[in-house]
Amino acid sequence: MSEFPAAGLILNVVFVLALATTLVGAVLAVVTTRIIRSVCGLAICCVGLAELYYFLHSPFLALMEILIYVGAVCVTIVFAVMLAEPEEAVVEKKRGVDFAWSGLAMVVCGAIFFGLWRLGSQQDWTALTPRTNDGSIQSIGKALLTTYSLPFEMISLALLVAILGALAVARTGRDKA
Amino acid sequence: MNPTLLYDKPELYIITAALLLALGVFGLVRRRTLIGMLIAGELIFSAAALNFMAFNRFRAADQSTGQIFVLFIMGLAAAEVAIALSIVIAVYRNYRSVKTRELSDLNG
Repeated sequence: MSEFPAAGLILNVVFVLALATTLVGAVLAVVTTRIIRSVCGLAICCVGLAELYYFLHSPFLALMEILIYVGAVCVTIVFAVMLAEPEEAVVEKKRGVDFAWSGLAMVVCGAIFFGLWRLGSQQDWTALTPRTNDGSIQSIGKALLTTYSLPFEMISLALLVAILGALAVARTGRDKA
Repeated sequence: MNPTLLYDKPELYIITAALLLALGVFGLVRRRTLIGMLIAGELIFSAAALNFMAFNRFRAADQSTGQIFVLFIMGLAAAEVAIALSIVIAVYRNYRSVKTRELSDLNG
């Protein structure tokens, strides 16, 4: 088999870049003060997640991640930021109790992370079951229209209700202002 | 699967998902505005989706199950964002603020 020179190394570097993109984006989304930077962090995190889905042999989900999260969710949040202007313009003076709560939250989240890390790295996650299909887009389409046709219809109903609910909630109170 | 390639190691995906979950919970506690909390919630959804995809890739017999599940998670997350943002805008109209500290009035 003729192989591109150092293909494994290049793949590893690209994979580490994808992991780093995801984590940097997530950290940016959480620790920045201004909300618009937080939205940008979420977008970066979702691009990294799309790369990870690609490495998990699912180009379909990678495209969907970009389309739905970066294209729809982040843009909608930017619209809400424009309309509701939650810019933290005046920097509130940090009190001691705020630092205490932040420290407590950090300890709890660190505990969650290290617990899951220990659990995840102790097991052997290699596959035991034989594969029944390859997860291609054709098989996803067939499964969506046969096995998962009821959840598929339910999702469309949920999206319809969400649209109507969003319109109804956002409409009330407009005449008052 | 080639063991020298990093992307064939399921632990890396699981640890990344654990870190995303921890960051999401931290952001949910730390953020002072509704939109910031919503973004942290999205991180938690992403952590769950990444875990589903990792287990689908390395454990599942039917390789399309996890992908469809993650697709449903994305659809529900999009619906949740639409509803939550319309609520945020309605709250802003009433209170002129989206800071959680100031949203403390009850009416009834």
